[in-house]
Amino acid sequence: MTFKKRMFFMVFIVGILACHKDHVSENLELEIPPHFPDIQYNLKDNAITNDKFNLGKKLFYDPILSADNTISCGSCHIQTSAFTHHGHSLSHGIYDRIGKRNSPPIMNLAWNNSFMWDGGIFNLDLLSISPITNHAEMDETLPHILQKLKSYPNYPSLFKNAFGQDSITGTLFLKALAQFMLMCTSTHSKYDSFILKKTELSPLELQGYQVFKNHCNVCHREPLFTNHEYLNNGLSISSFNDLGRGLITSNVNDNYTFKVPSLRNLSYTAPYMHDGRYLNLEAVFDHYSYGVQPTPNLAPILKNRIPLDSNDRKSLIAFLNTLNDKSFLFDTKLSAP
Amino acid sequence: MKNLIISSLFCIFIISSCTKDTNSTPEYNVNQQGKLSVEFDNIVGSNNLQLNTATYTNSSNQTFNVTKLKYFVSNFKFTNSVGAVYTQPQDSSYFLIDESKPNSSNLVFNLPEGQYNLVSFLVGVDSLRNTLDVSKRTGVLDVTGLASDMYWSWNSGYIFFNLEGTSSAITANNGLFQYHIGGFGGYNTVTPNNLKTIQLNLTARGAPIVKKSNINTPNIHLFVDVNKIFSAVNTISFNTTSIVHSSMLGIPLATNLAQIFTHDHTEN
Ligand code: HEC
Ligand code: HEC
Repeated sequence: MTFKKRMFFMVFIVGILACHKDHVSENLELEIPPHFPDIQYNLKDNAITNDKFNLGKKLFYDPILSADNTISCGSCHIQTSAFTHHGHSLSHGIYDRIGKRNSPPIMNLAWNNSFMWDGGIFNLDLLSISPITNHAEMDETLPHILQKLKSYPNYPSLFKNAFGQDSITGTLFLKALAQFMLMCTSTHSKYDSFILKKTELSPLELQGYQVFKNHCNVCHREPLFTNHEYLNNGLSISSFNDLGRGLITSNVNDNYTFKVPSLRNLSYTAPYMHDGRYLNLEAVFDHYSYGVQPTPNLAPILKNRIPLDSNDRKSLIAFLNTLNDKSFLFDTKLSAP
Repeated sequence: MKNLIISSLFCIFIISSCTKDTNSTPEYNVNQQGKLSVEFDNIVGSNNLQLNTATYTNSSNQTFNVTKLKYFVSNFKFTNSVGAVYTQPQDSSYFLIDESKPNSSNLVFNLPEGQYNLVSFLVGVDSLRNTLDVSKRTGVLDVTGLASDMYWSWNSGYIFFNLEGTSSAITANNGLFQYHIGGFGGYNTVTPNNLKTIQLNLTARGAPIVKKSNINTPNIHLFVDVNKIFSAVNTISFNTTSIVHSSMLGIPLATNLAQIFTHDHTEN
């Protein structure tokens, strides 16, 4: 146990003691596997308890969060697709308006320091405001949602049980949603068991692991399979001319760069890339082998592309499949209440 | 022993500085607080701003009306005639001026007695507050409440100055214009910083005299000329600029924004 992890446990225990004083709600532990780095989210400001998590889950799956009460967070982030919008390249929201980007998984977010494909949001607590107020997603306003929740039969008592306070406030609403998202951890893939020396990988998988380490790990870094950077992997420029990170920083050197996504659970998250342009991994391999375009700010390492022959591809697929985590997809703790 | 010497020296220092003060400016007791108000009076050129109904003309000869004007002012500092600076405590230093809420434009402070020659404030919300935990964003800073239309959710950060209206010079979006000026400099990367500090010397048009015994609260009356948003430094025309929703696009407007505040008079 590293020092920081020990600190975390101490905070956790203090959390339990503090909580027992006013209201008894069992604390939930955010599982940090030994081979994972320290988390980025500040749990001190939002200690996870059973009641808060359950409230967050109810909110996540409740269409009351959209203007016409038809769309919930769970409509675009579907658990059995690792919380993506499986089969939709661009997410469909309210009134079937089509968004600009593909919905990413909600997975291992406690380790992220910024969110969305362009990293425009730097705190998970603030995240929910974006889909709720986005014209093409839920088209609601926070003050109106809070008003709806207050007049709803169950919510006032659920908030009271969770937070021990009589009013429903925006802060509590956002913190509860963040708790649900924090608990969406996927850490039980075959790869994880292998790293923890509990399972062996097959020769083909090991061969794929080597290909991965040679070509992909520099960006899709283990064990989260992202280096948390914003890079341009050479996709041709989309018809929207989506500038990605450049929209956030207004820096031309960031144009066409997007967050390096995790590669966990790829079997359930197709289509791929920020606009969902590739329907399967073969198309992704084609891209890295010969599709990379010399657009502005292309990551230098990809200038010569990554030629992947059929052996590489076969083994790489086998390895990437070891990153699938079925237990995450069917964890009833995370399912719609 | 050493501590004793230091603390007695300190005491002597305080006593002597106090006596000095009372000698040179006998009319003020700096240990006593009085009230002071700052009024933000929104105007367009030589007209008092009227939302929705009135039509105005900008420097490019384009007519427009204003449907919304809201802006943050924060981090107030007042400097008195002997150069001492009073800094409004952080927890009560954020204000949202909203033209549709008349009560929001008159800010009241409690500060030590004295004649105040300078006022300075920030238009917007400083980077520290922009990155605080949501639980600390209360009152006018509540992004789920009063500040819900003063916040960029997709690019976490407050909108500092929000001017909306319509103009016949704009053909798209039913003639709508939206000038949302924000940008605090970035959280994990450097991004445009449109925070502007306004410093106004009050002596020419009347410095407020703050005393506990005042019957009327002295009032610093500021004019905030919306028309200068279009012209103070950079000429902004509706032909080229109608929708501004990012810190980069807001830079020329923010340069103008720094010039729209003037001290008109003080009522003592
Ligand atoms: C209409 C579909 C839709 C709905 C409804 C929706 N989202 Fe999303 N979500 C998306 C899309 C698309 C993105 C990617 C946006 C981008 O990067 O610009 C996204 C991104 C995210 C991310 C970022 C993940 C990461 O790794 O950066 C989180 C977290 C998230 N959504 C949570 C939520 C929550 C919570 C709600 C409900 C309040 C919600 N979403 C509702 C489509 C949706
Ligand atoms: C220079 C860094 C870099 C390297 C090297 C790299 N990638 Fe990527 N990868 C990215 C970025 C950036 C994206 C997101 C691009 C976008 O959507 O605009 C991405 C996206 C992906 C996706 C889509 C994931 C999703 O959820 O949509 C897959 C799959 C992928 N890469 C696989 C690989 C494989 C396999 C390799 C090695 C052969 C590799 N990448 C090498 C940077 C890199």
